[in-house]
Amino acid sequence: MTTAMLEVTDMHAAYGAIEVLRGVSLRVERGEIVALIGSNGAGKSTSLLSISQIITPRSGDVRFLGESLIGLRGDEVIARGLVQVPEGRRVFSRMSIDENLQLGAYLRKDISGIASDLRHVHELFPVLKERGGQLAGTLSGGEQQMLAIGRALMSRPTLLMMDEPSMGIAPLLVTRIFSAIRELNRGGLTVLLVEQNARGALGLSSRGYVLETGKVTIGGDAQDLLKDDRIRSAYLGE
Amino acid sequence: MEPYEVFLQQLVTGLSNGMIIALIALGYTMVYGIIELINFAHGDVFMLGAFLALTLLGALGMEAWAPGWQLAGVVLMLVSSAAFCGSFNWSLDRLAYRPLRRASKLSLLVSAIGCSFICTNLGLFWGGAPMEVFAGGVAAAAPKDFPQLIPQYNLLGESAIRIVPADVAVLAVTLPLMIALVYLVKRTRLGRAMRAVAQDSTAAALMGIPVDRVIGTTFFIGGALGGFASVVYALYNNTIGFQMGYRAGMDAFTAAVLGGIGSLPGAVLGGLLIGCVRSMSDQYVELRWTNTIVFGILVLILIFRPSGLLGSTRREKV
Repeated sequence: MTTAMLEVTDMHAAYGAIEVLRGVSLRVERGEIVALIGSNGAGKSTSLLSISQIITPRSGDVRFLGESLIGLRGDEVIARGLVQVPEGRRVFSRMSIDENLQLGAYLRKDISGIASDLRHVHELFPVLKERGGQLAGTLSGGEQQMLAIGRALMSRPTLLMMDEPSMGIAPLLVTRIFSAIRELNRGGLTVLLVEQNARGALGLSSRGYVLETGKVTIGGDAQDLLKDDRIRSAYLGE
Repeated sequence: MEPYEVFLQQLVTGLSNGMIIALIALGYTMVYGIIELINFAHGDVFMLGAFLALTLLGALGMEAWAPGWQLAGVVLMLVSSAAFCGSFNWSLDRLAYRPLRRASKLSLLVSAIGCSFICTNLGLFWGGAPMEVFAGGVAAAAPKDFPQLIPQYNLLGESAIRIVPADVAVLAVTLPLMIALVYLVKRTRLGRAMRAVAQDSTAAALMGIPVDRVIGTTFFIGGALGGFASVVYALYNNTIGFQMGYRAGMDAFTAAVLGGIGSLPGAVLGGLLIGCVRSMSDQYVELRWTNTIVFGILVLILIFRPSGLLGSTRREKV
């Protein structure tokens, strides 16, 4: 068995006495888009924050490119190429779009690489170039999501974890963002996609996992999951 | 003196003191902007900076130096007190505030009040230093004379209004520091990181910004500004004492709230206003009413405009 890009083994996490993750195991291979679906409160965001080491997992292991991330600081995780687009976008609304993008490249020193990544982000989302000087708070929800993705891309990730990129966004823009994710993946980016929008996420992914009350209960090929009766009734509303 | 000359004279005094208050207020407002803490120890760190300056002055015997060397001595005191207060403030964050990052804001505030008491008493202890400049170590609590290293002649010649070199010195130190601070916060990588942490520390952490280190740096910069202010204050007012941190700290805190806490231009505006209110009240009302008026303003602002003059929902924090 080859080494997976990301391998999470039996990860547990808690906020104080409240146990939120009770055994999360998943793997992401290089070049894949993997969906992690689940209902509200299942622990999807906590899973991503624990993988990023923003929250310290209670137990279990997180290995990225063959090395454990446990005990690393958040900036060390990002420097290794594991980057997260946070839930609810969390752009810096009182800073300009340009500044938000610059903050994405905070840890980088390679000026020419930063400039070429900025061009790439501007090509992917032209609105970020047109409105560069404006405050991020003036953008619509969908545009803020584009900014959040662009900002994460400025960290030059090898694996991008996205937390609910379709949440609270007009359907037309959801299509636009999903197609951008596909485009990025074709360009070589590996993606772990957390979504409540199970149909959209599984449609985009090669594989998927289902998270229920802090545990990964089902995992498999995305097309198979879309046909699975349990998933159809619980997450696809059929 | 003609009435208008009296007014202008009080204005000069008010603006000079106001610039010093503003420099201290910037330290309050930066820390508040980034972790929403009123660092009550800030005024006392400022006081310790003045004590360090007097200690250096005494130990090196600066009073006997030639005027040119005294100027170098002033620069030395400014740099030393800034470095000392910056490091001290950083240490307060590291030891007393950082462990409480996830605790309630009230715990943090109580910790800050505790730090304030500790620093005040440290100043009381330091005031008993067996040095001639500290009056030989007797009467630790007594105010200490801070020698006039800056000449007192009137730059306006025969005019009834006095503008002395110390007024110019205040401006020459405070204004460049304020400009440098605005540049740092608005234009540099560190400044962007500070504003990002102020707005959303979790999102900042997801960008790889080392949040605790940025907060520590903010404490250092705020403390250093207080250190610069302490030397300027001592040179301008020629008296220091262990309780000066409380007085100046309350003035600066009021200035920060008046301007809109978290706002850098607000802190400067608030400082200038409080400085002028003080000097005008001293002249036109009565000296003993001045504190009542200043803190009356604080209460009125908190009741009627809690976001301050320049504070709003879109204010720039840090």
